[in-house]
Amino acid sequence: MKILVCISHVPDTTSKINFCENNSKFDKSGVQFVINPNDEFGLTRAIWFKEKNNATIDVINVGLQDTESTLRKALAIGADKAVRINHEPKDGFSVAKFISDYISENNYDLIIAGRESIDYNGGMVPGMISALTKINFIDKCIALNISGNSVEAAREIEGGKENISTQLPLIIGGQKGLVEESDLRIPNMRGIMMARKKELVVVETSDDPSATHSKSFEKPQPKGEVTLVSSNDIEKLIDLLHNEAKAL
Amino acid sequence: MEILIFAETDGEGNLKKDAYEIASYASEISLENGGSVNALCFNATNAESLSDYGVNKIINCKNEELKNFDPSNYSKCISEVFNNKECNLLVLSSSSNSKYIGGILSVLTDASYVTNVISKLTNGEKMTVVRNTFTNKAFETVEIIKNKIILAISKNSYGLKEKPVKSEISEINFNISESKNKVKSIDRATNKVTIADADIVVSGGRGLKGPENWHLVENLAEVLGGATACSKPVSDLGWRPHSEHVGQTGKPVSSNLYIAIGISGAIQHLAGVNSSKVKVVINTDPEAPFFKAADYGIVGDAFEVVPKLIDKLKEFKAVND
Ligand SMILES: Cc1cc2nc3c(=O)[nH]c(=O)nc-3n(C[C@H](O)[C@H](O)[C@H](O)COP(=O)(O)OP(=O)(O)OC[C@H]3O[C@@H](n4cnc5c(N)ncnc54)[C@H](O)[C@@H]3O)c2cc1C
Repeated sequence: MKILVCISHVPDTTSKINFCENNSKFDKSGVQFVINPNDEFGLTRAIWFKEKNNATIDVINVGLQDTESTLRKALAIGADKAVRINHEPKDGFSVAKFISDYISENNYDLIIAGRESIDYNGGMVPGMISALTKINFIDKCIALNISGNSVEAAREIEGGKENISTQLPLIIGGQKGLVEESDLRIPNMRGIMMARKKELVVVETSDDPSATHSKSFEKPQPKGEVTLVSSNDIEKLIDLLHNEAKAL
Repeated sequence: MEILIFAETDGEGNLKKDAYEIASYASEISLENGGSVNALCFNATNAESLSDYGVNKIINCKNEELKNFDPSNYSKCISEVFNNKECNLLVLSSSSNSKYIGGILSVLTDASYVTNVISKLTNGEKMTVVRNTFTNKAFETVEIIKNKIILAISKNSYGLKEKPVKSEISEINFNISESKNKVKSIDRATNKVTIADADIVVSGGRGLKGPENWHLVENLAEVLGGATACSKPVSDLGWRPHSEHVGQTGKPVSSNLYIAIGISGAIQHLAGVNSSKVKVVINTDPEAPFFKAADYGIVGDAFEVVPKLIDKLKEFKAVND
């Protein structure tokens, strides 16, 4: 089984979010980047398939050279080969288009993307890849088991889950549930050493297929002070929520 | 500008609140740009109610085979109507199902697709729209490049605006193909408000000490008719199901009222719940970061405060409901 895991290179969750160049760009200075958490759950599931079913794992990212540290981390925890599409991603569609082009030339049985990246929160890349490559798609996938070509999966729905059976090839939008938090791997010394020797292919591009253009960013106004209510005066809280906040 | 909305129904065929919210949004856009608002729904039992929110043409597809959400057929049908009616704008909600098919639809209709939208479309040299990004830590103004547009509207960002119009109601049928995903079963907690649909969410953190104390969260949610949620460690510890995990790496919450009990207010937690309108925190530690993000707070022990709050709310509800 050949697996492709799409890896988004995102700011660590504790990062301060600032913008530069006249508020037109995310300010990367001093920011730590990590594998997008939703992608990491998918990658960890892929490693499980590698260990149990002899799958091979390629990881792919659309980005400039600075994303290679994140791809190396994916190699260090178990991916076999990394691909970087050398392009500064401008929107979800351009990322989906480049990845789809790569998929069309290199057949995969399973493509794992994250349900959403925690930076731009687009939540659109896996669905677009599915439509561009005509590969069947399960979003918000929280369980995935494969035997031969048969797939048993679960999808999170509002208030519960849907149990689905289908066939490979398949693309999923993954998240926690594919594996548990405690299953996530931390790269060890041996993995890091091996990752240095693994192949990292850079694919050049020329065109820019973007469908939207990010014009500017703004940060929300700082919030006003909290109104504290004494624990002996619960009626006051109810009164404030009812009359002032109109939330009851 | 000819507009189509995908008006979602629940399992029973009732239109969801989201459907009226996106209808209100679309109707405002059509008021400014001309054109009519079309709505497509599947097996809706109360399709005509969309006329209260400015929908001019209501298209109801009655087909038992499309009773349950089916991504490939739903996206095929929606794009077919969008293309046949020569629409320029498709408006979706931010529900799981709409987001599932949003990306697919943008390819099928060759449209620019923007999610988490919180503003109207602005006509300038280029059309622009504002969205939430960086998990509510910033707003982004996005320029539309293509001629066709799909917008997924952030829940509760626009609200319901009644605007009764005379609507044309028609039925439609499609040639559907066999779905590649066979839904074998659905596990759903019955009679429970979901986090996505709830106006009020009551959430518990590690401060509640253990799953045996969750009656506090559940009883409070019950009095308020709200949904229950939890912080990430609570679901990682197995005290509550993963489906209740809210925050940056869990579900987003954009309810009217969010009550956090025994939750410290870590940056990753706040990021996911910040777009809720009113936030209340109950925590023993006055230094807990949640007090900086909340509108109202009680410094106190949840085990004393919450039972009192439940009792007082029952009294309040008895008088006010
Ligand atoms: C990559 C990453 C992603 C993450 N994503 C998320 C996410 O999506 N959602 C999320 O929630 N977290 C997330 N976290 C975890 C986050 O950093 C915090 O660890 C977590 O939110 C803390 O949960 P908590 O507030 O329940 O527990 P704690 O931080 O342990 O806080 C418990 C609180 O309860 C209070 N308390 C104790 N006893 C009482 C009492 N009797 N009455 C009232 N209050 C009491 C304490 O004062 C304390 O403030 C993420 C972390 C990382 C690294």
